Amino acid sequence: MSEPYLRTLTELAQGLRARQFSSVDLARMFLERIERAQGALNAFISVTREQALADAALADRALAAGTGGALTGVPIAHKDLFCTRGVRTSCGSRMLDNFVAPYDATVVANLKRAGAVMLGKTNMDEFAMGSSNETSYYGPVRNPWNPALVPGGSSGGSAVAVAARLIPGATATDTGGSIRQPAALTGITGLKPTYGRVSRFGMVAFASSLDQGGVLTASAADAALMLREMAGFDPNDSTSVDVPVPDYVASLNEPVAGLRIGLLKEFFDKGLEPENERRVREALQVYTRLGAKVSEVSLPNLPLSVPVYYVVAPAECSSNLARYDGVRFGHRCESPRDLLDLYRRSRGEGFGAEVKRRIMTGTYVLSAGYYDAYYLKAQRVRQLIAADFARAFESVDVLMGPTTPTPAFALGAKTADPITMYLNDIYTIGANLAGLPGVSIPCGFVADLPVGLQIVGPHFGEARILAAAHAFQRATEWHTRVPAGYA
Amino acid sequence: MSGWETVIGLEIHAQLATRSKIFSGSATAYGAPPNAQANLVDLGYPGVLPVLNAAAVHMAVKLGLAINARIASSSVFARKNYFYPDLPKGYQISQYELPIVASGALEIVLEDGTAKRIGITRAHLEEDAGKSLHEGLPGLTGIDLNRAGTPLVEIVSEPDMRSAKEAVAYMKKVHTLVRYLEICDGNMQEGSFRCDANVSVRRTGAHELGTRTETKNLNSFRFVERAINYEVARQIELLESGGKVVQETRLYDPDKGETRPMRSKEQANDYRYFPDPDLLPVKLDAAFIESVRATLPELPDQKAARFASQYGLSAYDAGVLTASRELADYYEEVARTVPKEPKLAANWVMGELAARLNRDGLEVAAARVAAAGLGALVLRIADRTISGNIAKEVFEVMWSEGSSADQVIEARGLRQITDSGAIERAIDEVMARNPGQLADYRAGKDKLFGFFVGQVMKATGGKANPTQLNDLLRAKLKG
Repeated sequence: MSEPYLRTLTELAQGLRARQFSSVDLARMFLERIERAQGALNAFISVTREQALADAALADRALAAGTGGALTGVPIAHKDLFCTRGVRTSCGSRMLDNFVAPYDATVVANLKRAGAVMLGKTNMDEFAMGSSNETSYYGPVRNPWNPALVPGGSSGGSAVAVAARLIPGATATDTGGSIRQPAALTGITGLKPTYGRVSRFGMVAFASSLDQGGVLTASAADAALMLREMAGFDPNDSTSVDVPVPDYVASLNEPVAGLRIGLLKEFFDKGLEPENERRVREALQVYTRLGAKVSEVSLPNLPLSVPVYYVVAPAECSSNLARYDGVRFGHRCESPRDLLDLYRRSRGEGFGAEVKRRIMTGTYVLSAGYYDAYYLKAQRVRQLIAADFARAFESVDVLMGPTTPTPAFALGAKTADPITMYLNDIYTIGANLAGLPGVSIPCGFVADLPVGLQIVGPHFGEARILAAAHAFQRATEWHTRVPAGYA
Repeated sequence: MSGWETVIGLEIHAQLATRSKIFSGSATAYGAPPNAQANLVDLGYPGVLPVLNAAAVHMAVKLGLAINARIASSSVFARKNYFYPDLPKGYQISQYELPIVASGALEIVLEDGTAKRIGITRAHLEEDAGKSLHEGLPGLTGIDLNRAGTPLVEIVSEPDMRSAKEAVAYMKKVHTLVRYLEICDGNMQEGSFRCDANVSVRRTGAHELGTRTETKNLNSFRFVERAINYEVARQIELLESGGKVVQETRLYDPDKGETRPMRSKEQANDYRYFPDPDLLPVKLDAAFIESVRATLPELPDQKAARFASQYGLSAYDAGVLTASRELADYYEEVARTVPKEPKLAANWVMGELAARLNRDGLEVAAARVAAAGLGALVLRIADRTISGNIAKEVFEVMWSEGSSADQVIEARGLRQITDSGAIERAIDEVMARNPGQLADYRAGKDKLFGFFVGQVMKATGGKANPTQLNDLLRAKLKG
């Protein structure tokens, strides 16, 4: 059998239960890989070696006693905006560089309960605002397929850690594509669940009505396993939904024969690179061969997603980030003269340029005299987009299209022009606005760079899109490719 | 002030008597050490989320039903954004466009006895902020977030009041109501019940409203009255001297008895309200609203009307006795003990009891003589065991020693003498001892009757039944 680090999370969980290796062995091996790759990739903000080894030893004891859970002993990493008790939770920001969370996020607690062992916290765009992982206070994350390129964002650290097999699975969050887009650009599987499926409690907020926790893994089967363990209603999150969590692993082999696939017409626009389009269309042929029925579907309001998103998300962020005022936690400026000085300098020094841009945009669109024209109108269009999706799901089971318009781009290529950067999320934002689950899976390569296929399902349709993704991964081997130097 | 009309609207903030905060599980008890009752949600920590306290919703609905308001089937929490150190999240969660309660009213009684309806525009739920502390912290500002997240209901009236007295009557009415409903302890010193007064003046007969000022955080009925009167006089003087009223937020200084503008930094600017995406709309169905209605107690107006008819009390007495639920309950227990003398019971509760409570600064609940005890005492007046005057002495002893009426009467031998023979014997003795006065009386000096009453009372230790004594004495003196 292959090196353990090349195995999937599912295989590692099985191997641990079969005592093929110990959790401590795995933790040591992955910690070593993390540390070795850190200089080249910068995927981690914090590595919790000692805690990890202690937890792994406990996991081994549980495995020996046969009392383990579904993930006992499996190493994972958390995006650095999930609060982890006693460990820094920086959100990729200077503002929270000194912030040690006094509690565990529900997602963290759920995965702990399932037995997973955290090895560290992954790098990310500052407060999850970015599509390239270049806005992190801790420096950019590099794409293991080509270190001159970005890995996507904002969950770039988690994506790269999985792509380079530094960790078999990592948590992530997706507000406008922050799981699916980096999954596509790094050649892995990224699942954003239905809004409300996974608790947001303890997940530092960017845009509350759009943020959703999810997973980055090497395969759809791994995503199913991790999601099953971390999802569920949480009384601490009023927007989490009290719907039972099905066994996503058990339903992975649901056949795709007869599956009605809607091809998202609006995603095949002039912004889509022809080679990317070719890979996506080839992927659809795979589904056709498997017996699925593909038809074109139009969502006329979908092209409005980006402008709607860049009103709603900044509006919510401008309010969500008001708590970082230098008073109770986080960065505080040296010797403030007075209250206003404390606010101005603490926030001025603590936040980076992209975060400031969004706070200012959000403050503007919520201001008296502009609220109706921007925020209210955006909310109305958001309803129209959600209605478009609902209508589409009356005639198809899943929607498919490209995850991104292009493969990974060069570091610095888009930092000067925020609009171009924002357009990178053009295909992913719709699912957030409508609260729908979406998964990105690798479906081929363009010039040695991975391309992602996006599958969007109806509300709480995670089982369906995961089964569709799994069928594709049984028929292809794109998801098993590992960048040179990391295999 | 003639030629001017005053227009007043009040925004009353009542702290809801829930055990925990509106969006977190922290306790709401008053007086804990700073920040002892502030958990991560109250501190606005990264990642935490609000969860609505159902008890607060229940209480707001109770209030809405008691003022005959419309209860919203769907109401929405919004964020009011501003920076202040005692506001941990940088926004206050309140209700803006869609409050839980709208369009209610209360009736107040004016000095001339007529009733007036005061409209209530809305009542909404919100969280309180914390407090900044300066005392004992030279050069520093402390932040106490114990109060942050305490549930409030803000009750916004129509500009229906025309004088400070009306405003106070309305505020007292709301105060009585929230305590009846047991949704607020009404403690004004601790800030559980406070108001902002919107005041403007206009020429009598004018239809347009004048420019108003808002005087914040008035936490006593006296301050409300004084602040409004000051503001009215200030505005009239300003307008009469050709000036203009500036729409602004003002503070009342109770030491100087004046209002003054808040520093501009403390003024409201643009709150950028928008629906809080962390909270779902509050959906209430008819069944829930009816289940709350079933928990409503008898309301002050209903109780006063019943007291007037059931006990034959004047509207005034009924109003006084129903001003608080505790007092009304106390009265009813006394009245039950002496069913034939409801008016006598009312006089004792409003008279001696109220005077003692007032003297000792006690609430009814802390009265040193329980309702049953006072009832037993009033019963002894009614059955003529003691006179009303003796009863006052007995009450004083009961109050200070905690003994029962009968114990005091027996121990001190205060039982009234109703035996005519005994009273006649006492009269005979007094007449025999005072032959001069007797002769004068019989010669026409009627005023001496009082002298004889006094002497006989003295001889009987004040225990002679006064009516009997009068009758017997008059007959004997006549000869």
